Amino acid sequence: MISIKNISKHYKTVEALKNISLEVNEGELFGIIGPDGAGKTTLFRILTSLLLADSGQAAVDGLDVVRDYKELRRRIGYMPGRFSLYQDLTVEENLHFFAAVFNTTIEENYYLIEDIYKQIEPFKTRRAGKLSGGMKQKLALSCALIHKPRVLFLDEPTTGVDPVSRKEFWEMLRKLKTQGITIAVSTPYMDEATLCDRIALMQHGELLTIDTPANIIAAYPKKLYRMEATMKKEEVKTNPKVETCFLFGEYWHLTFKNDIEPTWKLKEIQPTIEDCFVEKMK
Amino acid sequence: MIKYLIEKEFKQIFRNPFLPKIIIALPMMAMLVFPWAANQEIRNIKVAVLDRDHSTISRRMTDKIDASTYFILSALPATNEAALRSVETGDADIIIDIPQDFEKNLISPPQSPHKGGSADIMLSANAVNSMKAGLASSYLGGIAADFMSELRNENGLVISQPLPVINVVSQNRFNVFLDYKIFMIPALMVMMLTIICGFLPALNIVSEKELGTIEQLNVSPVRKSTFILSKLIPYWIIGVCILTLCLTLACAVYQLLPAGNIPLLYFLSIVYILVVSGIGMIISNYSSTLQQAMFTMFFFILIMILISGLFTPVRSMPEWAQWLAAANPLTYFIKIMRMLFLKGSGFADLWQPFLVLCGFGVLFNSWAVWSYRKSG
Repeated sequence: MISIKNISKHYKTVEALKNISLEVNEGELFGIIGPDGAGKTTLFRILTSLLLADSGQAAVDGLDVVRDYKELRRRIGYMPGRFSLYQDLTVEENLHFFAAVFNTTIEENYYLIEDIYKQIEPFKTRRAGKLSGGMKQKLALSCALIHKPRVLFLDEPTTGVDPVSRKEFWEMLRKLKTQGITIAVSTPYMDEATLCDRIALMQHGELLTIDTPANIIAAYPKKLYRMEATMKKEEVKTNPKVETCFLFGEYWHLTFKNDIEPTWKLKEIQPTIEDCFVEKMK
Repeated sequence: MIKYLIEKEFKQIFRNPFLPKIIIALPMMAMLVFPWAANQEIRNIKVAVLDRDHSTISRRMTDKIDASTYFILSALPATNEAALRSVETGDADIIIDIPQDFEKNLISPPQSPHKGGSADIMLSANAVNSMKAGLASSYLGGIAADFMSELRNENGLVISQPLPVINVVSQNRFNVFLDYKIFMIPALMVMMLTIICGFLPALNIVSEKELGTIEQLNVSPVRKSTFILSKLIPYWIIGVCILTLCLTLACAVYQLLPAGNIPLLYFLSIVYILVVSGIGMIISNYSSTLQQAMFTMFFFILIMILISGLFTPVRSMPEWAQWLAAANPLTYFIKIMRMLFLKGSGFADLWQPFLVLCGFGVLFNSWAVWSYRKSG
């Protein structure tokens, strides 16, 4: 559904994307996971025809993002990371406006957005700028969906949204998936990665790995241990048996070269995506 | 589709808490306040008369100056020092120094030991405001000459043979009473159109850039040309409304009706609106923040207004400035407006500046389209 071949892009001195290749299947909920500055937004802007790549090809739904950009724009929905609806128009007017811009009506595709829009409908005469963060996201998603796109690009949709709304948002995405819409979503939150069908880990413009979350976790090469972070950093780091150590909240996550350090109170744990990410980043 | 886009623009303009008020207030100010304030007629010049002669004629002369609407007799200093001090304190703009024996010199026959038939007075003007000083001196010269002929007629004075005199009789055409307001009003209308049709849509586009909303439209099937048109059309409509408001006010307050054809005036205004909106678009393409756009606009609007003949005639500028004025679309439209308004010129007289405006329109709008492609 989305096919990216050897895409590169640089801004002046920064290489934002380095020779990226990627395939996303139809009906997939695909996550691009990476910290700020990894190149996620650049990749999305290229795929949505807003930016030209320096080299390489990309196609969405069989349409080349450069050559067929006109037709492409009818078939995709894009929700930028920043809230970009008209703050001085009401909820209803925004939706109506974006429906009109895509030559459709709210009624025609209402079934698609019904679940989402119902939640903000009580506020439909309120100006978009006066909505709370979670409601803004729901409105933005409704507007991106109103023309029934085949592929939906969501650039960090949950950044700056409270945990409850984030959870709700992901539930909505899963529901949309059942409608047959292919969804590409980027996020800096590792915990959201497990909610995707497949993910790509991205860092400094490069893809570290592409797989299902379960496979990525299973491929973790070492046994991982957890220890309460009561010791000093230097003490843990300088222990000759330790291979890697990372602080996760109040715990150390540790791997050892061969044997474990017997005097420490360790507990073997299942790695998270974040552990995998950190491991790949080495 | 463009209908929805324009509808959206109007909604946003009218919902803005500030914009509709300023759109109405600006032309009102321009028509009701500026013509009185932006006035280069010099009146109420403060005169200090240093009368060393204390004769009947010197006193009559002083009264005559005081009676003129241009002058206010503000001080009668006794000494030169006092007179200079009154200029320093701002109590006087100009000093008239009437020397001793003024009357004697004037009245005694030419052959007498006095000069006879002629006398000197000295004017010292505060030239910080050079225009004021220059005009005040020439007004006073006029009054003195007037006074002379008055004296001659009264007394059959002195003069052995009559001096040849050329009497200049001037007739002011198109602006009979040399009313500066009438000169300014058409030009102020040009200024309003420049600001509202050139700069508001450009600021509007830059603010969509800044808010990121332009991205949402860029991923939609809306064509760029449609988008730009949807930005311009509302301001074109507003521009024409403002022109109508200005014309109505000029008629109601100053009884100033365009002497020329009103439909022609609207037609040429619309051509001009196209030119300035092109300039606005170019600026919006090159700036990514409102601050940049604002500053670029201030820069250009200042230059364009000062080098357009709005306040001062282009012909009296140095040559390089005249070249700049020739490259300034404002120059041509101000010319057109004044000719239409005051002289009642028809299209036959206006085709030259009209063609130049069309040229500017093509140039700026193609540049705008080209730079938009490049940036988008």
